[in-house]
Amino acid sequence: MTAPMPVETERPDVDEVVEPDRPWLVIVWNDPINLMSYVAFVFQKLFGYSKEKANKLMMDVHLKGRAVVSSGTRERAELDVFRLHEHGLWATMEQSS
Amino acid sequence: MSFVGPIGRNRDGSFKLRLGPQERELLRTLPGQLLELFGSADPSLRRLFPPAYTDDAEREAEYQRFMADDLEARHRAALEILANTADNPRLDEEELTAWMGALNDLRLVLGTRIDVQEDMVDIDDDDPNAPALHLYGYLTYLQSEVIDALASGL
Repeated sequence: MTAPMPVETERPDVDEVVEPDRPWLVIVWNDPINLMSYVAFVFQKLFGYSKEKANKLMMDVHLKGRAVVSSGTRERAELDVFRLHEHGLWATMEQSS
Repeated sequence: MSFVGPIGRNRDGSFKLRLGPQERELLRTLPGQLLELFGSADPSLRRLFPPAYTDDAEREAEYQRFMADDLEARHRAALEILANTADNPRLDEEELTAWMGALNDLRLVLGTRIDVQEDMVDIDDDDPNAPALHLYGYLTYLQSEVIDALASGL
């Protein structure tokens, strides 16, 4: 058995500030047209949420005016926004602060 | 006596439609009327094609460049299924799901046009919007029945 040879590692460039990957949030906004039962159904169908979770998010949208319904990479958030728009929900995305 | 709704689930998982001829005619013709507006600048379409980024014009433009055609195609497909199956005695789950989306699209455009509010009171028949409000009310009722029928299988 041998000990591993010391390896010269590259030192990180301290000048390079990497911005942490802040997740993107998908937000659904309240509107006067979409039915409450429909919004909850869409959350279950698109995100696989339980009936309880979907209903809670729907009530948050209804009472607070908006709710974060999913989060992740920018690409993932764009796809979720697209699927929500396909279902007629009023969805936008923004990076968490 | 029990109330029989317009949509029932069959044992094989398909759905039975109990709709009158006037209802079927409406469901056959309304999608085409909406599709005629597609591609126009009609402001009542805005709820079908909302922005994704509200604080970044550059990313929003890029998003629309890649997604807008696909989104229109999805709305179009659902509306065409509704029109093409409006006279069917029964629907499969995929078709009924398309009905749910198409009925919602019709409500979004009609509701935007007549500026509906969350708490709708009784319709005043002297209101010039009364016919549109009655139509909106019917579409809301039917969509609600479709959701209940689909949710019973979740």
